Amino acid sequence: MKDVDQSTPDSSLSRVPEVGCAPIGSATERRLAELWESAPGWRGWLSTVDHKTIGMRYLVTAFIFLLMGGVEALIMRLQLARPDQTLLTPEQYSQLFTMHGVTMIFLYSLPILSGFSNYLWPLMLGSRDMAFPRLNALSYWVFLFAGIFLYASFPLGEAPNAGWFNYVPFAGLEYNTGPNIDVYALGMVLLGISTTVGAINFIVTLFRMRAPGMSIDRVPILVWGTLTASVANIFAVPSVSLAFFLLWLDRQVGTHFFDVLNGGKPLLWQHLFWMFGHPWVYAVVLPAMGIVSDALPTFCRRPLVGYSAVALSTMATMLLGFGVWIHHMFATGLPTLALSFFSAASMVISIPSAVAVFAWLATIWLGRPVFNTPFLFFAGFVILFVIGGLSGVMTAAVPLDLQLNETYFVVAHLHYVLLGINVFPVVGGIYYWFPKFFGRMMSETLGKWSFWVMFVGFNLGFFPMHVAGLLGMPRRIYTYAPHMGWTTVNILTSVGSFVFAAGILLFLVNILVSLKRGVPATSNPWDAPTLEWAVPSPPPAYNFAVIPFVASRHPLWEDRLGEGTGRSSLEQGYLLMEGRETIGTTPLDATPDIILKMPDDSYAPFFLGLFSALVFAGLLLHWRDFTLLMAAACSLSLMVWMWPRNALVQRVPDIECDKEAAHV
Amino acid sequence: MSEAMQSAQALPVGSEGKRSGGWWGVLALIVTEGSLFGYLLFTYFYLASQSEQHWPPDGLPVLLMPGVNTLILLASSVFVWACERCIQRRLMRWSLASMALALMLGIGFVVIQLNEWSKLGYDMTSNLYGSLYFTITGFHMLHVIVGLVILMVLLLWLALGYFDHRRYAAVTIGGLYWHFVDAVWLFVFTTLYLTPYLY
Repeated sequence: MKDVDQSTPDSSLSRVPEVGCAPIGSATERRLAELWESAPGWRGWLSTVDHKTIGMRYLVTAFIFLLMGGVEALIMRLQLARPDQTLLTPEQYSQLFTMHGVTMIFLYSLPILSGFSNYLWPLMLGSRDMAFPRLNALSYWVFLFAGIFLYASFPLGEAPNAGWFNYVPFAGLEYNTGPNIDVYALGMVLLGISTTVGAINFIVTLFRMRAPGMSIDRVPILVWGTLTASVANIFAVPSVSLAFFLLWLDRQVGTHFFDVLNGGKPLLWQHLFWMFGHPWVYAVVLPAMGIVSDALPTFCRRPLVGYSAVALSTMATMLLGFGVWIHHMFATGLPTLALSFFSAASMVISIPSAVAVFAWLATIWLGRPVFNTPFLFFAGFVILFVIGGLSGVMTAAVPLDLQLNETYFVVAHLHYVLLGINVFPVVGGIYYWFPKFFGRMMSETLGKWSFWVMFVGFNLGFFPMHVAGLLGMPRRIYTYAPHMGWTTVNILTSVGSFVFAAGILLFLVNILVSLKRGVPATSNPWDAPTLEWAVPSPPPAYNFAVIPFVASRHPLWEDRLGEGTGRSSLEQGYLLMEGRETIGTTPLDATPDIILKMPDDSYAPFFLGLFSALVFAGLLLHWRDFTLLMAAACSLSLMVWMWPRNALVQRVPDIECDKEAAHV
Repeated sequence: MSEAMQSAQALPVGSEGKRSGGWWGVLALIVTEGSLFGYLLFTYFYLASQSEQHWPPDGLPVLLMPGVNTLILLASSVFVWACERCIQRRLMRWSLASMALALMLGIGFVVIQLNEWSKLGYDMTSNLYGSLYFTITGFHMLHVIVGLVILMVLLLWLALGYFDHRRYAAVTIGGLYWHFVDAVWLFVFTTLYLTPYLY
């Protein structure tokens, strides 16, 4: 309130943003830090809305899920290493491969990218936070609770067991009577809430929160990738949430959507699931491709070749990605005309993908590559992307797909694309941004070791799966007979998977060692071009002491590139410090439009997340009164959250009336 | 220093109408909620088109009360719009009255719809059509109830004098959500009540 007292009455509703400098250590800078830092201790821990904290939580949580999914995979590989093994029962195997898929696809691959984007977006865009900081906290808490929810029945031996795409009628009550599928169904609806609010936050942030001058053609490609994925998610996620909700209704209320006896159609499940599923596949790779498009040029010492082409191909991939879901259903007996259309559409996707690949190759070719760890991961990614892309085009052809459907060839393909296009860029991205996150460099020696062990292990593990598939080995079998001819390829895959795991372990050791003993990093250790490298490492709570003005795509390389007209201004800019403030700009040209009041830390997101998780727990356990009570608690938390505040100028300031009254 | 920054133009501060983050956020919310209804209606048409049952099993729906109810819901939207106009013109008492009327019309919709439900001779579990009918109208009912809570809270805030012609973003944002709930009903109504007459 003291800020309002100092200003004239009018300035609380509109004012000219002050321009100035705020070097580190100055009184202005200290005041900013005071405004933006969270309270110490558990209070700040539960109530923080800082995008950097939330981003880091996303990264760590998703990585823990990666390790859990990885351990599940290793247990399966032990079981499959030799024929006729009895390490696991068929039911245990079913639960393991289902939870492996659920964990990797839903709890790791998108959340980890949300972690990067949450941490990096405001820094890349020159803003002090995301558009909705509290919503950001909510999306993390709901993600965490949904992850716990999905794993809740695992220790009881009642985990989801119908595969991650959970086809009916096998997932229906008739064949699956336990709580397994109900946990999966409700957990996915809960997780969908997290994904949706997160996506909305990214979309509004892109359109409203860019620094002045950062027109739409100046944003980093990671931003394009995450934006595209987020737009896709808000269209696609309702489909899968609805599918799981209808399945839950069928199982627990007695409706007939998938019930064949009463006119329901099991194929409806596949349509709803894959109308979501395929766009989702692109949602979990496009931001990762964005990581490469932004970070690879730094190590090639030149801008990305074909920025506009890559940005457009990102969006083209997504758009086409909405028209290919039937290629997951080629073997379901749909009319040939439909199959031909979706087969053609699937093959067309290789065009925008190839545009990106050739842009990366050209960037390496025309640049002066520095062969350090992040570069190796990004270059390795390009190779794996090409291999995974090729097997993708193969399965897009209907006749070949009918042969390969439900075999290990498909398993090989999806692991090449998901590990190749997600895990490799993610690990490379952590090597790249680690100095920004923690102010220390990671070890290069250990880094190169971790890359080569991962790369060799990955290819040793997953390439033979293609052969297993061509030899006819079906996926999801818990064991096989010795005379099938699959013994050699399976032992190779098992060995490779453990080598790959060793590579991940080396990477983790590197993180732990570097956190303690890494060489201190400057604000821009890689001499990179984008805005996140203009702030100290690690970044202060307020991100930018002054909101920069951006004049080009590479604000930190302007002296060398001479692109655009004028120079970006990083030292001098909008101060905006009457409370937590940042600038809102117009969607395309990024001209200053509004002074946004940013919310203080709040417990509301944590409690809303907790209560909504409890609503779903109540539904699972059929506790009707408890569910209603928790739903009421949700609305109460929302009301507290939304209550119009003077500090955010969401309502007419009282103080002004008082002053006017005093004047009279 | 760039010219764009030197411009000494005063900028609005805080949640100012359509420049506020909330306006953009609720637009995105509407896109995703609209998709949800799109998938619901897809489910209806997908199952209806392949059904071997008589469709709808109990014969064509009666249009009179649902039609009247549709008009009631649309009228409610008009009064929410009027409420916002009144705020802009500094007619705070009228805005309050308009919002209260919108709220009552919305409650009227719920009462009539519940009455319609109770008159039907089937429920969610009776047959496939019942599952579809109650799931789709149930989803819409849930949205109406959320919308009514929003209108109620907005009414309270208006009564507390939180808003005037300079700051009333919450009314714009909450109002937009209510317009969405009403507009999506037109699609639901067309699908469930009108399309059965086409075949």
